[in-house]
Amino acid sequence: MNYNWNWSIFFEPSPEGTGTYADMLLSGLYWTVVTALCAWVIAFTLGSLMGVLRTLPSRTANAIGTTYVEIFRNVPLLVQMFLWYFVLPEILPRGIGDAVKQMPDAPFYTAVVCLGFFTASRVAEQVRAGIQALPRGQRMAATAMGFTTAQTYRYVLLPNAYRIILPPMTSEFLNNLKNTSVALTIGLLELTGRARSMQEFSFQVFEAFTAATILYVAINLVVVVCASVLERSVAIPGQR
Amino acid sequence: MLSNFDFSVILTALPYLFGTGMVFTLSLTAMAAVGGVILGTLLAMARLSGIPGVWHLAKGYVELCRSLPLVLVIFWFYFLVPYIGAYVTGAATPIQVGAFPSALITFMAFEAAYFAEIMRAGIQSVPKGQTAAASALGMNYWQTMGHVVLPQAFRNMLPLLLTQTIVLFQDTSLVYVLSLTDFMGAASKVAQRDGRLVEMYIFAAVVYFAICFSASLLVRRLQRRVAIIR
Repeated sequence: MNYNWNWSIFFEPSPEGTGTYADMLLSGLYWTVVTALCAWVIAFTLGSLMGVLRTLPSRTANAIGTTYVEIFRNVPLLVQMFLWYFVLPEILPRGIGDAVKQMPDAPFYTAVVCLGFFTASRVAEQVRAGIQALPRGQRMAATAMGFTTAQTYRYVLLPNAYRIILPPMTSEFLNNLKNTSVALTIGLLELTGRARSMQEFSFQVFEAFTAATILYVAINLVVVVCASVLERSVAIPGQR
Repeated sequence: MLSNFDFSVILTALPYLFGTGMVFTLSLTAMAAVGGVILGTLLAMARLSGIPGVWHLAKGYVELCRSLPLVLVIFWFYFLVPYIGAYVTGAATPIQVGAFPSALITFMAFEAAYFAEIMRAGIQSVPKGQTAAASALGMNYWQTMGHVVLPQAFRNMLPLLLTQTIVLFQDTSLVYVLSLTDFMGAASKVAQRDGRLVEMYIFAAVVYFAICFSASLLVRRLQRRVAIIR
């Protein structure tokens, strides 16, 4: 085993000229977190909508929800990433396609949209499971009280369902965070991509990847702690 | 627009896409799934063993793998495997490991963490009374596990293990980051060679969808058939 360890590499200036290697990794961390948060906004909204569609008593709504989930769940994320990044601008009408191609920060926006739509299919499954886990009586009671369907979901079903699915949603959020690394294939400078370029510039493979590993574990811990704080603060006193 | 969509590009690339790419993807998936389940079962047993040190180690490994993105793990192993190989064989310099073995080791080790969580739930789903009954009959730990607990755990968890294998099948596309020629890698190589990104990527998406969708329908049918009615 002859590997030259050099842990002080992080304080040496990176060849990009904008700071040290540590700054480089931290900027990667920043983009990972920002991408994950933006994608989560789409995933949560669209996923909730699709999940609700699958629980409505309408066949068309069910079909739309099911089709969405099956399409986005059965195509690998990498392939979806390429479809959004390389294929979509080509099949749009020329003017719009060219505008999309010339957009600044295209990898970032593509990654956000792609991850958002991808994660939405998983969120939809959780939301559906949460709503179906509720006793049937709740929906009936709401109807008996004269609630419209929208009111039933807004005031009765969803507040309870979201509380039930908080733990699986936390792991979906973590998956979403980890999946941002796939966006390095379309040129997003997120944490894994930064660790990879640090390895290419400095040849200090294991230092770069160790640092990235520690940063990933650290954000995971932060998310888990935040989720348990959230769980405690939204818990209904006396329930369960 | 799709008006100049050229099917002949796909047709001429078919032998390469399936003969080279899909064979790589499928053999990687199958071998990694088998290896991952074996390793995962051992990890689950270690984690449930309650032996200090052993279960901490198993738990730490599983949690670590689950908190890292697969792409980072692929890079880790890509650089680590030559060093591990040198350590195992006692060579002075990092040894050359082929692309396929390297990818296989990565996926086996990474997916083992996910299979371990499934098998842990499977082992715990077997009632405690059965383990107690087995030891009352004089069976030792390995006999109890091999003849009583694991067969039932596998049966209970079969749908989940297969679903995870479908996920693994999709995840193997990430070997793209090492420029290996799996199905996606083959598609992207043809796409770049011929300048036909639209055709190749849409075709790849359709093939992945067809395989994963029909596989998950089969798993759902199997789930109804193997379910043990309690």
